[in-house]
Amino acid sequence: MTLLAVQNLGKSFGGVVAARDVAFTLERGEMLALIGPNGAGKSTVFNMIGGQLRPDHGAILLDGQAITAASPQARFRKGVGRTFQVAQTFLSMTVVENVQMALVSCHREAQGLWKPTREHYRGQALELLALMGMADAADRSCSALAYGDVKRVELAIALAGGPKLLLMDEPTAGMAPRERAALMDLTSSIAASRQIGVLFTEHDMDVVFGHAARVLVLLRGEIIAAGSPDEIRQNPRVRQAYLGDEHALHAPALERPA
Amino acid sequence: MDLSFLAIQALNGLASASSLFITACGLTLVFGVTRIVNFAHGSLYMIGAYTAATLVPWLLELSFGPVTFWAGILVSALVVGLIGVLIEVLLLRRIYGAPELFQLLATFGVVLVVQDLVVQVFGPQDILGPRAPGLRQPVEILGRRFPSYELVLIAAGPVVLGLVWLLLRKTRFGVLVRAATQDREMVASLGVNQALLFTGTLFLGAFLAGLGGALQIPRVAANTGMDLSIIAESFVVTVVGGMGSVPGAFLAALIIGQLQAFGILIFPKGTLVVVFLLMAVVLAVRPFGLFGRPEVIGGTHAVGIASRKPQRNGMIWGIGIVALLACLPLVADQYLLKVATEILIFGLFAFSLQILIGVGGLVSFGHAAFFGLGAYGAALGVKWLGAPMEAALPLGLVLAGAGAALIGAFVVRLSGIYLAMMTLAAAQILYAVAFQWVDVTGGDNGIVGVWPSAWASGQSAYYLLTLTLVAATVFLLKRLIDAPFGYALRAARDSESRAEAIGLKVRRHRWLAFVVSGAAAGMAGGIYAFSRGSVDPSLLGIPTSVDALTMLLLGGIQTVTGPLVGAGVLHALRDQIMPLTSLWRLLLGLSIIAMVLIFPRGLVGTIRHWREERA
Repeated sequence: MTLLAVQNLGKSFGGVVAARDVAFTLERGEMLALIGPNGAGKSTVFNMIGGQLRPDHGAILLDGQAITAASPQARFRKGVGRTFQVAQTFLSMTVVENVQMALVSCHREAQGLWKPTREHYRGQALELLALMGMADAADRSCSALAYGDVKRVELAIALAGGPKLLLMDEPTAGMAPRERAALMDLTSSIAASRQIGVLFTEHDMDVVFGHAARVLVLLRGEIIAAGSPDEIRQNPRVRQAYLGDEHALHAPALERPA
Repeated sequence: MDLSFLAIQALNGLASASSLFITACGLTLVFGVTRIVNFAHGSLYMIGAYTAATLVPWLLELSFGPVTFWAGILVSALVVGLIGVLIEVLLLRRIYGAPELFQLLATFGVVLVVQDLVVQVFGPQDILGPRAPGLRQPVEILGRRFPSYELVLIAAGPVVLGLVWLLLRKTRFGVLVRAATQDREMVASLGVNQALLFTGTLFLGAFLAGLGGALQIPRVAANTGMDLSIIAESFVVTVVGGMGSVPGAFLAALIIGQLQAFGILIFPKGTLVVVFLLMAVVLAVRPFGLFGRPEVIGGTHAVGIASRKPQRNGMIWGIGIVALLACLPLVADQYLLKVATEILIFGLFAFSLQILIGVGGLVSFGHAAFFGLGAYGAALGVKWLGAPMEAALPLGLVLAGAGAALIGAFVVRLSGIYLAMMTLAAAQILYAVAFQWVDVTGGDNGIVGVWPSAWASGQSAYYLLTLTLVAATVFLLKRLIDAPFGYALRAARDSESRAEAIGLKVRRHRWLAFVVSGAAAGMAGGIYAFSRGSVDPSLLGIPTSVDALTMLLLGGIQTVTGPLVGAGVLHALRDQIMPLTSLWRLLLGLSIIAMVLIFPRGLVGTIRHWREERA
């Protein structure tokens, strides 16, 4: 069954149409990239799926269930995890506590009044951090980490909820090129092994064409093309949308195994 | 009630609206540009009134006439404007980047300093200014006599609005002020001379405050209580209008002026309550006021408790300290025990505030509300229900918890400075109720005869009872801070969007934090009532809230035990220094400012930082 189905989603701000009849589907274990020039409506679409924005019309179905009007909290309970464009972590906590907090919330124990948080699910949290290659930093303060590491911690937090669907808003923004590929390689292997559907927006075309199974192109709020990376690269409308930036759509110099 | 009477009431309302607008307009302009809520704005108003009441009679003796009078008013306002410049250069300039809690406290420090300085400069007595030459005869309106000076005031509001509008629209300075109100960072990156802009804005704001105060002299005698009463009203005006919005302030002042003029007919004793209720309703419907916009900044401004390694022998240390304190009655005299009891009570009070501020990042500026509710709950239980102490204490706790549940329900939708203002308003409402509902609360005199039960009535016994209750509550709250409940609060403080994305119900958590914190403060208030044998409205006042904040700041906002140490140190200092000097408020104000500027970690935080640096 289709994991995520988005049906004729629309949203305007005043007179500006940010999304018009956006429709697509996402399967389990699939990596789907959402690209488009600045102001195309990527963030709007993304935030409607994440629950930060309410669409004017249309529907969002997760496993066939409508989540169109659900709060971010309710979406989390139904299996939606997400990362943010600017990584959002709990900077006053240690790395492992960040993940523990997510696990505590996932088990609905956030109202606990007695047992210290650091004794909740530490083992499980450490396993997740090990998966991210962050086990050594577990007891460091999250505010002392390099930004690339914060992004990996954020991914661990998002995975702690055991999501079916992972939303990643510009997952590699602000990272060094080598780190970008490593993070996305890790993401796609986790997505494949855990059968998580991943929807991500991205500006770095190397990342998009290197890691997405399918690509959606958004322009002025509308999806103008959808298909495999190769199809997208050949599509004349997409080339036109990125006019003046043709090189952006050339095949990456170094093909990486996805 | 005939038409002419209503017309006169409406005119009265317009006159007070004008005065209020002139003052509040300065506050809102300063906030718009600097993002600082200037508590000292009321002090500037007071200085304006005192200066004019002293200067104008002197000038009139030199040359009697309307020109002299109005020139005197303007000169007074200019003097206040220069004082505003002084405050900006010496203090505000250093705290633009500080968390809003520190900004509020620092400007409150200025309030304390000015209170003592005004007495030093102008003397302790109230000063009534001269009436304006040429405006001494009342005019007749619909067959009733109406002071002609009030008519001038009514006109002054729109005139100031017009002039400010011209200034903002037609001058380069005005363009910069409007730009900075919209996006301060963008203005900074365009190479505008920030320092000059901010100093200029402070001059303008202080000038308006001084003008507002100076215009009052024929109506009200300049007195030392003016600052806090006008600042409370100005806060309401700016918050209702939307912070930073001049037209909003004008509209809000008009509404509030009329509300006061006619509210006094319906609730003769409840005008204060009506005004603050208006603010509560407006903020409940529009969380950023009538014309306000969502705050662009914020979020990153939270300071507070961070995770650290659990102390190896923390529990043993805790038990040891409590045991040591329990031995105090063996060596201490009655007086020392009384002081120790009060320190414990205020320690608990400050600690309960730490849950909101240090853990939750919720800057409550009206924590006295819950302390006072606890005290009044206990005292009312004794007075009206004849309850013994054992029943009255829980009653206070429940009343405070219920009050916190109600206030919290309004407040958790807000953020940052609006939250601080709303909690302040809530405390002021309760203050007004306690002050004006004389039949039940005893009004200004409060309630006396709140004594503990026989077994706890000795100084030592009551000290031990206090120690037991405080230690037990602090222990429970400490568990709660370390448990998922406290961590979830911190999570919401660190990143609200992340907290929501992992399924945390942020608002419900914050609401629960208010209930817990309020109940704990109420417990402290109840114990305090029985230790003094009486309660009075000052327990609900702004100074009580500021006391709690000062203790928190003194001890250190990033530490769990800081508030306890802060309470001890502040109380001990007050006990030692207050009898020696009449300038206690000056000293306290300067210490608060010094703490914010050079000591923002607080005592416990600084010691720990120093130890960590060495390690």
